[in-house]
Parts: sequence; structure tokens; C-alpha cells
Amino acid sequence: MLRGENGYFGEFGGRFVAETLIPALEELETTFREARNDPKFLAELEALLSDYVGRPSALTFAARLTAELGGAKIYLKREDLNHTGAHKINNCVGQALLARRMGKSRLIAETGAGQHGVATATVAAHFGFSCEIFMGAEDVQRQAHNVFRMRLLGAKVNVVESGTRTLKDAMNEAMREWLARVSDTHYVIGSVAGPHPYPLLVREFQSVIGKEAKHQLLEREGRLPDVCVACVGGGSNAMGLFDAFVDDPGVALHGVEAAGEGLAGRHAATLSCGRVGILHGSKSLVLTDDDGQILPAHSISAGLDYPGVGPEHAWLKQSGRAHYFSITDEEALRGFSRLGRSEGILCALETAHAIAYVEKLAPTLRSDQLIGVSLSGRGDKDIQTVTAAFSKGAQ
Amino acid sequence: MNRVDRCFVDLRQKQETGLIVYLTAGDPHHRETAELVRAVSHAGADLVELGIPFSDPAADGPVIQRAMERALSCGEMAPHTIEKALSIVADIRRDCEVPIALFGYANPMLQFGYTRLCSDAERAGADGLLVVDVPPEESADLDAAARASNLVRVPLLAPTTTVQRAAKIAACASGFAYYVALAGVTGAGTLRPSEVAEHLQTLRPALGNLPIAVGFGVKTAEQVRALAPHADAVVVGSALVEAIRTGKDPADRCAHAAQFVRKLKDACLSHV
Repeated sequence: MLRGENGYFGEFGGRFVAETLIPALEELETTFREARNDPKFLAELEALLSDYVGRPSALTFAARLTAELGGAKIYLKREDLNHTGAHKINNCVGQALLARRMGKSRLIAETGAGQHGVATATVAAHFGFSCEIFMGAEDVQRQAHNVFRMRLLGAKVNVVESGTRTLKDAMNEAMREWLARVSDTHYVIGSVAGPHPYPLLVREFQSVIGKEAKHQLLEREGRLPDVCVACVGGGSNAMGLFDAFVDDPGVALHGVEAAGEGLAGRHAATLSCGRVGILHGSKSLVLTDDDGQILPAHSISAGLDYPGVGPEHAWLKQSGRAHYFSITDEEALRGFSRLGRSEGILCALETAHAIAYVEKLAPTLRSDQLIGVSLSGRGDKDIQTVTAAFSKGAQ
Repeated sequence: MNRVDRCFVDLRQKQETGLIVYLTAGDPHHRETAELVRAVSHAGADLVELGIPFSDPAADGPVIQRAMERALSCGEMAPHTIEKALSIVADIRRDCEVPIALFGYANPMLQFGYTRLCSDAERAGADGLLVVDVPPEESADLDAAARASNLVRVPLLAPTTTVQRAAKIAACASGFAYYVALAGVTGAGTLRPSEVAEHLQTLRPALGNLPIAVGFGVKTAEQVRALAPHADAVVVGSALVEAIRTGKDPADRCAHAAQFVRKLKDACLSHV
């Protein structure tokens, strides 16, 4: 049995949704279980991942960054090189195949940074689904580039004006749309969050990241990494990397959250500061006040700007198997610059949190130790934000 | 006997279809809600669902979303949202016995504590709980707490609910079942009473003796009239919230609410 197959990771997970959606979640669960054991499905998924997404993605040794930091050897798992420029597409091709298997004709999705929206719009075009994306008004502004991409791909982008006008509200609105059109619509959740079976199936579709990285590292170094590092918003790229290593006790798993303006101010460090709560269909750690109102999150990175987190991360933290750290907006901007200048890679601001953490971690390790970092996405979408921040003198 | 159970016994005796109305606690202000509840009760509402404002009401349409936002900001329902909602209930109970079910989302109740919530709700004079995002698979703790405090646990049934699942839902329910008349959020879409009636007929045997209330998307007296023959009660929420919102001052808002509720109750009775 897979971890989480019963819907729970310890006390976390579950299916906290309105009754209308229960049959759709049950159908999705059954379809996923059958597909996972269907050689034809697996072959089609593999073909898509190689011929459309462009997998396996490269593993790059960051030679100059390693030398500059003067500690462990740093390897970058290059999810930025996937079609559409981030890890999100791994999950979207999988869910598109499931949607087709269930006979759905329409895909909807929430998006924060727009990477998941672009990936969903992309597979919708590829398979011939109609597609609507829900995106908070604030994110539409700061990720305008991706909004344009989604529209070019034929998707309708719905601007969400409710609540804090960011990812959490986009997810509320996508849930509402799904309630209204559950018969013909599949909701492509983009993270390891949401009601069961999403945390499970998104992890399974993303686990290709860690499987490849493990294989590539063994080939190059003949050994497993000492530490795996990934940024965590909802947590899908991190679960994708961690999954292959969870049962290797010698491999430390470090997730990096957004500390925003600092943990005393506005932030999105749910695992560091959250409490047990229920948001968007699952029980996990949540940024919530004493009254149970959801607190507005903040991060310079739209993809990490989320007051919840996948239930499996909450469990990995509680059990001590993984550890979570946080990086401020300012540190992330420095990480962004650092990777650009040292390695010639402009990464997404989400990823820049992982890089900024590696800047702190690597010097504390020996030169014969290895760090594997998920380079979850490319930075084109963030040029506007980064330019604005630098001209304000954040650097 | 719990007020909710008593209410449906009475309705069945009178062979009447009940009228259930929804109000958001603290919309437009927490000092007005008790008076609004008295007004709708006097105007003929048989049961009141009192919404506990939540920042992220993912199953509600724009009308109730905005009502909850108003309650939390202008209505001063934050902080201490649940404490304030229960003090409204206690205020109502000084002179009004209309059955009250608390309507809300899981996270505020979880943070307050299920056991504390139920015992405080009972003490305040509430009669039941309807929690939108807690299906039977996740409701064991809440059910136990509600039982211990003599609160009914109202479940949701949906257009997508099968007969098999309805039986499972009914097994841990009490008071009445809330049938969601259309797939969608509260206050949305176009209602098709004949489809609702058909589905209710297939589900009813699985529910045993549990009364059924129909709601979501019921906005007008005509719709109430069309649904009334097929259900034990009809629920109107968003449309009442809107009717109240058009009032200029507290007295005017009560008058609007009462007038609208009288029309709806007449529609409930007209088919008998």
C-alpha cells in the first residue's frame, strides 16, 4: 500500500468537503487506483513525460556555486527545463490522462504563480479539453506574463477578487466552480494539498523528480545525497523530490518555506508557524487565528504565498523525518541573483528560496558531502517582480 | 425533546411544509441579529440556520460570502466569532423558542474545540449543527460531541448522492437532512423542481424517518411553492440575506425580513 492510500498521513489529510464533491473524489480515487496498475496507462504517461515534457530532466552539478560556498557539492535537479518551465507539468499530464479516463471534457485549476495554470492550459490544449483557470487578482498583476501565456493556450483566466486575492482565494473559487460543474469537469489541483486523493496522486505524479534524481546521482557519484532541499508552498515539488528518499534514513530532507517579511511579520511559513487546522479539504498545518479564520499569507513569490500546506509535509514534520526552514523575501532575491551569476540560471522566485537556504547550508557541510536541490522552475515570469524589488533597493 | 425534532413532529402533525431560513450571525452587525431572528420567527419561519462567519466559505456563493465578510469586518464578529454567535443565540432565547441550527465550516469549530463548542452551544440554547465541509467519514468526533450535548447533527445530501451513500449519511444524522437542490454554491444557478422531486423520491427510503429540507438556489416564493409538496421543509438563505441588506436601518431590515418570510411561509402552506 502507498503511503497515504487510506487518505491519511498520521492525523493529517482526510476529505473535508461538501457532500456534492464526495462522489467525484471517490471516482477519482478509483480511477487513479486502476490506472496505476494498468500497464497501458503507465506506458502512455511515460511516453508523454519523455516526448512532450522532455524528461528525464537534467541533473546539473553547480560547480561555481559549490566552489563559492566552500562546502558540500551541490546538484540541481533541473525541473526548469521541462516543457512550460516548471515541475507542475508532471502532475498535469497525469491528471489529464485521468480526466480523459473518467470521460470529463473540461479542466479547471487554481494557480498562484501561474505555472500550474500554464501547465494545465497546456495539457488541456494538447488533449483537447476546454479549460478555465482561477487566479487571484494580485497574482494576475505580479505574474502578468503567465496570464498572457494561459490565454494564448486557449484557456479562460478568471480573475478572483474575493478575500486576499491570492492563491487561497483562487482555490476557493475553483472549488466553487467544481461544485457547480462536477459532472463534466475535472479539477486539476496543482499541489499535494486538497482532499484525498489529491495529496496522494499529485505526489505520485511528481515522484518522478526524486526517482530520476536518485538514479542520476547514483550514476554520477555512486552514492545518495546527504541532504535533499526543495521549496515548499503547498509542497508538490518537495514531495516529488522527497518521496524517493523517505525510506533512506541517511538522506536528510529539508523543506524551505517563505518567511516573507520575517516570521514576526507577514509570511507564509505554515509548517514553522501554523497549527492543526482544516483548509481546502484536508486537515494539515494551517495559518489560522484563535477564531479559526484563515490568516492572510505573504511572500514575494506568488507560488509560496499560501496559508496551508500538504498534509504529508505536516506529517513528515511531526514525525521528524523532514525538517523545515524559512527564507525571507530579501534572502530569496539574493538567492535569485546568486544562481543567475554563478550558474547562468535564472530560477523562479519560489526556487530561489531553496537556493538561498543552500547558501546557508552548504558551508556547514564537508566537501565530500552532497546536496540535491529541486530547481523547481525557471524565472522568466518573475523578471518584473525582481526588477521592481531591485530598483527599490532590496539588494 | 430537542426543539428541532419537536418542530418536525409538529409540522408532520399539521401536515405542513416547514420554512427554514438562513441568516449570517453578525450581518450587518452582531447587535442586530437577535432582533432579525425574532422578526423572521414571528413572520412564520419554523427553524433558523445561523451562519458562523468564516474567512474562506468555499461552498457559499457571492451573497453569503459577502455577508460573512461584512459580519467579520463591519459586524464586529472578529475576534471571538463563535463566542459572539453563541451570545446572539442566548439573547434570542430570552423570549423566542424558534429552533436554531448553527451553520458553518470545520476550521473555526475545530479551533474552538468540538466538545467546548457543543456544550457552550447547548447552554446558549442552540439545537443543532450543520457543518458544510465535514462529511460522515470525518464526523465521528463532532457527532460524539453533539450527541453528548443533545444537539442534532444535520447532514447534507446532494444531487450526486447515491441511495447507498444516503443510507450511510442517515446512519449518523439526526434532526433532519439538508438536501442540496443543485450542484453548486449557495444561492446559485437554476433550480429544476421536478428533478429535485424525482431524486428525493429515490433517496427517501434510505433515510428512514429523517425529515428532509431542500435548499440551495431557492430564491422565490414560486420556487418554494413548487418544492413544498416534495419536502418536509424548504430552506431559503441568500435571498433573505439580500432582502435584509436592502433595508436602510435596523427597523427597516427587520421589516424587510419579516415581509419576505411571510411570503415564503404562505408559499409553503399554499399546496396543502
